[in-house]
Amino acid sequence: MSILRTLLASLLVLTAGVFTLSAVTDRFRAFTSETALRISVREHPRAMPPVLLQTAAGKTVGFAGLRGRWLLVDFIYTRCMTYCSVQGSEFARLQQQLAGPIANGKVLLVSISFDPAHDGPAQLAAYQQRSGMHGAGWIAARPTDTAGLDALMRVFGVTAISDGLGGYLHNSAINVVDPRGRLVAIMNWNSPQAALRYVLRRHDNQVASR
Amino acid sequence: MFFADTTIRLPHARAWLGPVLWLALALPPVRHALEATMTLQMLAQIPLLALAGYRPRPWLPRRVADTLAAWNRGGVSGLLLISLTAMIWMLPRTMDAALEVPWVEMVKFAAVPLLIGLPLAISWPYAGFVVRGVFLAEVIATAFRLGWLYLVSPQRLCSNYLLGDQQQLGECLLAIGSALFLWITWKLLWGRFNSIAEPRQPRRAPSGAAHHRSRG
Repeated sequence: MSILRTLLASLLVLTAGVFTLSAVTDRFRAFTSETALRISVREHPRAMPPVLLQTAAGKTVGFAGLRGRWLLVDFIYTRCMTYCSVQGSEFARLQQQLAGPIANGKVLLVSISFDPAHDGPAQLAAYQQRSGMHGAGWIAARPTDTAGLDALMRVFGVTAISDGLGGYLHNSAINVVDPRGRLVAIMNWNSPQAALRYVLRRHDNQVASR
Repeated sequence: MFFADTTIRLPHARAWLGPVLWLALALPPVRHALEATMTLQMLAQIPLLALAGYRPRPWLPRRVADTLAAWNRGGVSGLLLISLTAMIWMLPRTMDAALEVPWVEMVKFAAVPLLIGLPLAISWPYAGFVVRGVFLAEVIATAFRLGWLYLVSPQRLCSNYLLGDQQQLGECLLAIGSALFLWITWKLLWGRFNSIAEPRQPRRAPSGAAHHRSRG
């Protein structure tokens, strides 16, 4: 008897365990929080919070004012000597490759600092210069208040932790916001080509369907 | 802990260590300190939480223990429960979520003692040579698998922890896997292995004790 009961109990435990594992890994697809975030965004696009940004030019813009274009958004802090500097040059390169859609006002690159206390307009402008920015189509900005920063970090799923050397480590990515102002995809920061293809494909489809 | 022959005779006084330890671990400064690195969370906080559930085993009423035993022959169901629960709390995603989402942290503080620690205290004494062997082999294999993954992964698997920390955890897991392996080898060759929960012979029984020894 107790063998059968044990078998039954084990089967129940196994079933419950597999169900729980499936639930916490989004059906065995996401074992890390970064993957989970990307799946969540892809399946349930997230609306941009009504956050105001101050740009390197000193102007104030909101996400509502940026609607109607594809946005490629990344998060940076200008003191960063590692990833962000590479991210910056990748954005400068994207700016070149997307020159057409940018000129048509269909695409905009946005770098947002999560270190607004330090990154004022001057620091942001210097960051863009250093990265090789040329012309229009790429804005660097900081949230105007901490509530805005928190809201952005939450929606974009950005985690920045101290690296113990006065800097931060953060999950770097290229975030794609569609013309309706929804975060629809998160791509690897080091494969801007994927983000480029993603935007161009959808942009061209839009143009073709008109 | 694993081969604790004392499990069944554990004095009630030491059972109090469970709740005391749990409360200590739940104190915000202790919690933050033990969650500051990935290594500490996985190799100190989670095992200590399990210990907090392991200790109060003597408080389980006799009748409940007997009913559970009928569904837990050889400790198989219990050890399966432990394996699956441990698997869930070892995922980088849940380790991250425990830091970021308060209710996940609460679930962790309930699940690890009640679904890992307590079932271990209940099941281990019933587990025979083969079940213990399989379980420990799986523990060792998991330590090696995860350790290797953490050591070689070029990416941070937890958004809240540094890459160096992840690699340190990998090294620690490989060390633990190796130590367990050596210990089991030693145990198989020279140690007592088959201490199943039956009315046991006194230690210095003139005869019969040898039957309980398994010499490889």
